[in-house]
Amino acid sequence: MSDHAKSPVKSYFAVWGALLLGTYLTYKAAFIELGAFNSAVALIIATTKALLVALFFMHLKGASEKLLKLVVISTIFFLFILMALSMADYATRWWS
Amino acid sequence: MLDSQAAVPTSSHEDIHSPALLHHFATEEQQRNASSFGMWIFLATEVMFFGGLFCSYLIYRLWYFGDFGAASKSIDATLGATNTAVLICSSLTVVLAIWGAQIANRKLMIGSLILTMLFGLAFLGIKGKEYKDKFEEHHVPGASFSFEKVPIPGHPDQYANPRHAQIFFALYFIMTGLHALHMVVGLGIFTWLLTMAWKGRFTPEYHTPLEVGGLYWHFVDIVWIYLFPLLYLIDRHP
Repeated sequence: MSDHAKSPVKSYFAVWGALLLGTYLTYKAAFIELGAFNSAVALIIATTKALLVALFFMHLKGASEKLLKLVVISTIFFLFILMALSMADYATRWWS
Repeated sequence: MLDSQAAVPTSSHEDIHSPALLHHFATEEQQRNASSFGMWIFLATEVMFFGGLFCSYLIYRLWYFGDFGAASKSIDATLGATNTAVLICSSLTVVLAIWGAQIANRKLMIGSLILTMLFGLAFLGIKGKEYKDKFEEHHVPGASFSFEKVPIPGHPDQYANPRHAQIFFALYFIMTGLHALHMVVGLGIFTWLLTMAWKGRFTPEYHTPLEVGGLYWHFVDIVWIYLFPLLYLIDRHP
């Protein structure tokens, strides 16, 4: 199987470099005054890094199994339900 | 496995397949997919497990915004950043170990596994230094907790409420502690993987334990990728 596959080592090192760069950027960005955008920038960088790990290191990119996709998508969906429904309560208590 | 004595080969092709293929799987690919699928299901439960903690962090951060900022500022962000880099390097060595197994490069596989474990131990060492600082500063929630007269970032005239800061530190210790526990479990798994690799159990055709153990390791890395900015880097700007 690996005889025909192209060596993934180059892409592994590229992802590694991107992850280190992301860590450096998120560290530096935290010391710059961006107001409410500080949290947004930090979470966008973190999510980009998490996606890089999941897609390239955990090999989600190129995975063809439908069952696997179902598990990954429903995990994200249920995490979203957990956060969204909790915030629908806690973040709106000051409304009335 | 159990009925290995009863399994009498009925046709010639049945006894030429890989010895790693269990009899209830049709092909090695099916067996490999089933194994990693099991790990993905486990990781889904782990996401919900950590998700509850991230959710409580989010709620308290919104409630005690400035107090969380003041408490976060007391943690050494450089140690946290170093640990992030260490974990990212360990994730690279995990994929290199699997690549080593795929191209039958024993040196690459075993060297990468040892490096992964060294990075993991370095992470725990740095974490220990961080915990030691917190103990000495009396920032551990409990009877001797003290967080007096610490200004809120952006409001130098206001002090953080120690009770609210204590909630930040409780979340900090639970979340990083639970993550560190996962690292310890990961080191146990990798000790076993290293033993198997040393004995020559992994071949280009069969190295599923490496892939499944790697999935777990990468997941623990992803949890840290979120913990780092949320616990170490909030309200750092002057």
